[in-house]
Amino acid sequence: MSNTKREFSVVGKRIPKLDAAQKAMGRAAYIQDIKLPQMLYGKILYSKYASANIIKIDTSKARALPGVHAVLTGEDVPEKMKMGFIKDNPPIKKGKVSCFRDEVAAVAAISPEIAKKALDLIEVEYEELEGIFDPERAMEKDSPLVHDHLKSNVLKMPWDIHYGDVEKAEKESAFVVEDRFTTTWVTHCCMGTSGAVALFDASENLTIYTNTQIPSLAQKDFLEALKAMGLKNKRVRVIKPTIGGGFGSKLDTYAYEHIAILLAYACRKPVKMVFDRVEEFKATSTRQPTIIYIKQGCDKTGKLTFRDMRMVLDNGGHTSWGATTPSVMLMPISSLYTVKNVKYTAKCVYTNNTYSQAMRGYGNPQATFAIESSIDMLAEKAGIDRIEFRKINKNHAGEETPQGLKITSCGLAECIESVEKELDFKDKSEKGVGTGIASLIHVGGGARIYGSDGCGAILKMDDYGKVDIFTGGTDMGQGLDNITAQIVAEELGLLAEDINVVHSDTDICPWDVGAHASRSTFVAGNAALGAAKKVKKKIQDFASKLFETPAEEIELKDKMVFVTGNPEKNMPIGKLLRKAHFSPGGNMLMAEHFYDPDNQNMGKELKGNMSMTYSFGAHGAKVKVDEETGKVEVLEYVAAHDVGRAINPLLLEGQVYGGVVMGLGYALTEEVTVANGEIMNANFRDYKLFTAKDAVKIKAPVIETDDKDGPFGAKGIGEPGCVPTAPAIANAIYNAVGVRIKDLPITPEKILAALKEKNG
Amino acid sequence: MYEHNTSEQLGETLPMTTTISFSLNGDKISYEIKDHWTLLHLLREEMGLIGTKEGCGNGECGACTVIVDKLAVNSCLYLAIEADGTTIETIEGLASTDGTLHPLQQSFVDNGGIQCGFCSPGMIMSSKALLDENPDANREEIQHALAGNICRCTGYIPIFESVEAAKKMGGQNE
Ligand code: FES
Ligand code: FES
Repeated sequence: MSNTKREFSVVGKRIPKLDAAQKAMGRAAYIQDIKLPQMLYGKILYSKYASANIIKIDTSKARALPGVHAVLTGEDVPEKMKMGFIKDNPPIKKGKVSCFRDEVAAVAAISPEIAKKALDLIEVEYEELEGIFDPERAMEKDSPLVHDHLKSNVLKMPWDIHYGDVEKAEKESAFVVEDRFTTTWVTHCCMGTSGAVALFDASENLTIYTNTQIPSLAQKDFLEALKAMGLKNKRVRVIKPTIGGGFGSKLDTYAYEHIAILLAYACRKPVKMVFDRVEEFKATSTRQPTIIYIKQGCDKTGKLTFRDMRMVLDNGGHTSWGATTPSVMLMPISSLYTVKNVKYTAKCVYTNNTYSQAMRGYGNPQATFAIESSIDMLAEKAGIDRIEFRKINKNHAGEETPQGLKITSCGLAECIESVEKELDFKDKSEKGVGTGIASLIHVGGGARIYGSDGCGAILKMDDYGKVDIFTGGTDMGQGLDNITAQIVAEELGLLAEDINVVHSDTDICPWDVGAHASRSTFVAGNAALGAAKKVKKKIQDFASKLFETPAEEIELKDKMVFVTGNPEKNMPIGKLLRKAHFSPGGNMLMAEHFYDPDNQNMGKELKGNMSMTYSFGAHGAKVKVDEETGKVEVLEYVAAHDVGRAINPLLLEGQVYGGVVMGLGYALTEEVTVANGEIMNANFRDYKLFTAKDAVKIKAPVIETDDKDGPFGAKGIGEPGCVPTAPAIANAIYNAVGVRIKDLPITPEKILAALKEKNG
Repeated sequence: MYEHNTSEQLGETLPMTTTISFSLNGDKISYEIKDHWTLLHLLREEMGLIGTKEGCGNGECGACTVIVDKLAVNSCLYLAIEADGTTIETIEGLASTDGTLHPLQQSFVDNGGIQCGFCSPGMIMSSKALLDENPDANREEIQHALAGNICRCTGYIPIFESVEAAKKMGGQNE
């Protein structure tokens, strides 16, 4: 059923975030705020070298310090306790360290200060080894090995793909461009740092409060950890308190969580582990740095003929989920604009640098930076207007891309048009001013990267028409609580305030694979909608008996149940519920629903419809480049997105603004500077985030394409805001002063150097 | 709960303690502090006022902003001992006792100024110091006043809009 003409009462309303008042009053409890009786404080000692053998660790002095309850080294970690995507990374290393962030020991003490002192008393003797920091160098045969037991630094991963016939297409192309781009490390900078509190009960069941985006999968990881510790058949309860930002940083389980568990077990007391800001910079995972080789061609009319991309990703010292980003990169590579012939290889290479994780966009911003910069270059070479060129190649509904993505709804053309309308691309009045455009495709209807892409929801109603919905989905500030409440309220004819959304506690909430891939609105939204539909049906059935009318003729609206066309036959929903609950035989107004979208896991050939639907967007930027200083000022920014349906425009704008500003940081200022594996700018003075002073005027037009599978037509929007930002800026800089910067971030120094080269 | 014993248990020389008096959200307080404590430590760890957040502990993010004698300060850098004789406002003191939010709190709620909320107490306190001093602050002045408060979620736009909306609601006065 199409929703286009439907009038909504709650969906589409700018309802403030449900927990905002609590947060505004300073009452929301984050991990930093949790204190339990007898709680100890854990701290981690990290490696002093990028690559070294651990010869000896002496913990005796640390153990002797009053107030210290436990000191652990790699020797104390059970053999089978491993983390990461290929479960090859123990939470405390022994034998060899392969990056500066490698954990070598941990302590628990009665105060953070004592714990810190104890770290200083641990004596570690290392034998420093030659490190390898350049992934291309690490690929060479004679490079030192990061992991001795592996024969090569190159991970065994499957990305070597060829759809169609790229060689033939290249020969037949009228125009071809080829180039190399690079992107560097950036990091999430969640304002609330990472942390966990672990405790065991008398029966050795674990409760862990932790900053996670994946409560159910974390529970599984921690159960494995307990098993490795010899604790079989135990229970694990994961509770995510309010968290100070996610952005993909909490999609795995991490050493600090496992160490908190080990320490809590060793001391049989709650142990709290909270990172300080320096640690947050140094010991959490980044976005993958990439080296990208790209070649694209088109025919005389500007139609894309082929795209050929080769990527080298710096995997760092260990393998976290970062190593799977090439799968997501494949999406824009194969499917941003219609292109039939596509070739793609990607290699993840171990180095002694820090290792990467998911970060908003999951590989897409890197790939899109290269693709959209190169598209501009190709349009110029073909002599076709850059916007026209994109329109010629636009995606469209009904298309199946070479990767097998099925585009069901597509507002890309409308997005481009709306950017054109909002931004004057012809304006060349002022020197140093220029405009740029870039588009995006992203998963908008889940992403099947695990066996399941499912989410559960349980909905129950009380005697007064109020709803409790227990969702597997996770709110981390993005607003899934509102989305869930608004969807349920719409379906049941209630107000958002009637809906209590319970999330992020595995003892109570049903299963879900996590808040990633912009999937929550779509997947958790559909789970909530499914549960609401079932309860609605029960209400209709009960009311049908009461009013002696067919169930199909019962409507729910404004907290009332009434008969269609006969509105005087009505009853407040609360009253009906009481009748249901108290009638002989009883009727419980409760339902559960598990929604697992009908999307496909990409098989060995890396083909398949990974998402039920795709989100599209186009961004336009107007910048001013100061040719004396190389400084870039973003004068105007337009970010148009096809979101299917805006369930809550207020929160939607928040996702877009936040995403764009994160993307602008990626484009212009943010960079974790690394020297021989060591992070040199672990603070907000040297790691340059956009501040209130740098804030940019952003317009965020919304295109509604009413997706047939989305809840009330909605698609995901969590990540797209930061996907095409960097190329939009790079293209605008080129338009402004004629230099194309191919390495992120685009700093004033790079612009000045390029200007110097251009002007001779 | 153990922190108080830290130094004693270490067998170190006891750090100096001092009793300070100050006004906190309208209450007269007298508190024995260790001289090396920051105001942030005193508020959060000793007094349990968790609304004030620590984002960096180093004066770089503004999450710990409180108002001391009408000025927004980073409480992570401000020594508790310097608070003697001052008037301090924290996020906990903004709403009325009947639960009515301060206009700034309400406008942050209504205008999407809060996502994850970790920066929010600091943002709101910096905004309050600004509007108390300059009730007609324009966009540029707002940007300037909030330059030391980092937000990773909102892109700042909804925050500026929140402050501007509070101005209309009379954010400078309760
Ligand atoms: S915690 Fe004080 S400025 Fe960051
Ligand atoms: S709301 Fe998350 S940091 Fe500002």
